[in-house]
Amino acid sequence: MDTVREFWDYRELVFFLAWRDIMIRYRQTVLGAMWAILQPLVTMVVFTFLFGAVVKIPTDNIPAPIFYFSALLPWLYFSATMSSASNSLVANGDLIKKVYFPRLVLPASSALVALVDFAIGAVILALMMAYYHVLSFRLLLWFPLALLLWSFSFAVGVLFAAINVKYRDVKHAIPFMIQIWMFLTPVIYPTRLIPPQFAWLIKLNPMTGIIEAFRASAVPGTPFDWGTLGVAAAITAVVLTVGAVYFRHAEDYFTDIV
Amino acid sequence: MTQAITVDGVGKQFRLGHAQTGNMLREAIVDLFRSTYQRREPSEEKVFWALRDLSFSLEAGEVLGIVGRNGAGKSTLLKVLSRITRPTTGSVHIRGKVASLLEVGTGFHEELTGRENIYLSGTILGMSKRRIDAKLDEIVAFAEIDRFLDTPIKRYSSGMRMRLGFAVAANLESDILIVDEVLAVGDGDFQRKCLERMGDMHNSGRTVLFVSHNIAAVLSLCSRAIWLESGRLKQSGVPAEVVKAYLSTFSSSEGAVSDLSTITERTGTGDIRFTKIEYLNLDRATPAVVSCGDSFVLRLHIEAARDVQQPIFGIEMQTSQGIMAAHVHTYNSGYEIPVVRPGPSYIDVQIDDLNLMPGRYVLSLYAANLGFHFHDVLPQCTVLDVQSSNRYGLMRGLLKDPLVIFDCHWQVNEGAAPRLALPSVDRSSPTEATPAGRPHRAGLGL
Repeated sequence: MDTVREFWDYRELVFFLAWRDIMIRYRQTVLGAMWAILQPLVTMVVFTFLFGAVVKIPTDNIPAPIFYFSALLPWLYFSATMSSASNSLVANGDLIKKVYFPRLVLPASSALVALVDFAIGAVILALMMAYYHVLSFRLLLWFPLALLLWSFSFAVGVLFAAINVKYRDVKHAIPFMIQIWMFLTPVIYPTRLIPPQFAWLIKLNPMTGIIEAFRASAVPGTPFDWGTLGVAAAITAVVLTVGAVYFRHAEDYFTDIV
Repeated sequence: MTQAITVDGVGKQFRLGHAQTGNMLREAIVDLFRSTYQRREPSEEKVFWALRDLSFSLEAGEVLGIVGRNGAGKSTLLKVLSRITRPTTGSVHIRGKVASLLEVGTGFHEELTGRENIYLSGTILGMSKRRIDAKLDEIVAFAEIDRFLDTPIKRYSSGMRMRLGFAVAANLESDILIVDEVLAVGDGDFQRKCLERMGDMHNSGRTVLFVSHNIAAVLSLCSRAIWLESGRLKQSGVPAEVVKAYLSTFSSSEGAVSDLSTITERTGTGDIRFTKIEYLNLDRATPAVVSCGDSFVLRLHIEAARDVQQPIFGIEMQTSQGIMAAHVHTYNSGYEIPVVRPGPSYIDVQIDDLNLMPGRYVLSLYAANLGFHFHDVLPQCTVLDVQSSNRYGLMRGLLKDPLVIFDCHWQVNEGAAPRLALPSVDRSSPTEATPAGRPHRAGLGL
């Protein structure tokens, strides 16, 4: 309980560190914050062309740009947070050797940084939905879904950040994991296409439930898979608990080996 | 008085070698299997105790100075007290909010402006945004950076950066302040300002702990001092006594050579490193025993890692009371060094008619470039023992206190001394008396 209260006392630091990362990210760039828009937009266009027009993967009556963008939005947030949060302790090694604050502040602030891109992306998605005449109040579901997405990304980030301090293998594994994980998540295909004997496996991946729910909330009439979303929430709770416990345990030696 | 800090049997162990860094998952997996058959004894690993069985307590409002050789565990102790690292054994109890300043400018980011860095560093050190808002003007004034407040700090000089860093820290709100050797760098003006500020903090009833090689600071600020040696508490008590005992352990210069290459607690880029210091006679071939009034050569051996253009080398000499007796460097001597080439070199400093009184002087060395760009800083790395002699007279009944001596030519004359010719300026304002005991410079008829 003390941990929670102490973390709360340092909430301003979470925001300031996130603010720092946001401020410095686009310094000395010509396009500045345009990068936050360009990245998902260009990816969406490429996916629409490649998987929609060339490979012809069905998008289940959802306009292809919305089908890809509604999945890319949570996916890009997750992958950005996972890689920056896992690296947050090592990247701020100089800081944690010189000053005390709850170390959990670092992955927490990493998880906030990508939220800015996420918010920008959400506005673009809303505009696209208006363009395709699919804008509805389902959009309000993004708020609880974003909370679940944040929790899961943060949980994975916390776990890997703690492991990364001791085992730098994580640094090499993350880009590779992100790639594989994306193929195991229905970003470029609908879950329906998975053969039934493997479907349960794909549904154990919390990102499946989250992304399918985002997609369903983008187009009225698309059914929600509440069961898979429930699994995602349950697994998130488990990963968060395991991550936090391991992090607390590993915190003792961060300074000595980072 | 309440105990602000209680340190009970604290030890801190570090593992040396591969276990310290570069942990690979593979090793952990191998260990996992191996441990089923054979448990690795902890003693097999190379371990190092940075602190050992350390116990002391500090009352609220006390100012504790921590002295000790390089690598004695001073910084580790501050890290343990700041909760940055956990002690391996023992426990620490602290009452009150702790602020620690282990480096100047913690959390500064090059790309951000002075103003942004004030907020960032302040928050990292534990200040609330509201407090920073309230203290912003004070911080800017203390740091003297108002014109550059919205300039990225990558364009700041190191002096400005240091002032800004300390200004932020000086406004921390805490009951206990922990300060590491942050005053080793910076010009005299800055150091004085910082020390004054620390004095203010103490006067406002805060508990202060600090590590310093500046013995004068320890003596003037601290109510108590502790001396650490090899991670253990060697002595604790009145600062004057502790400092005296500590300084008496420095190896005598009678050996005339001190190895500096093994000293680990040094700062700077490392482009130049001091490796050895020697005291030689003027023939530059035989080791010298330095006596008061002697002329001798101080030889500094250095090792450069690369070409260093126009370096400056400096020597500071402090008395065991912490008084700066001398500070000389190549720059103020007007000696220009175009470049130092990679590899070993040595610098001979010939000192004529050393007019320091006999006693022990503690030397600090540095190599730098203009603008506080330090390559190697060795605070209090060696001593110079000045033996007594009769160079400046017969040395009868000398008092211990004086620092310098010089040739004096005494003369007794009978009768009243002739009047001095005073300039008219003094007569026109008779109410402004010349301060008593201080001869008016203009009145000497020069």
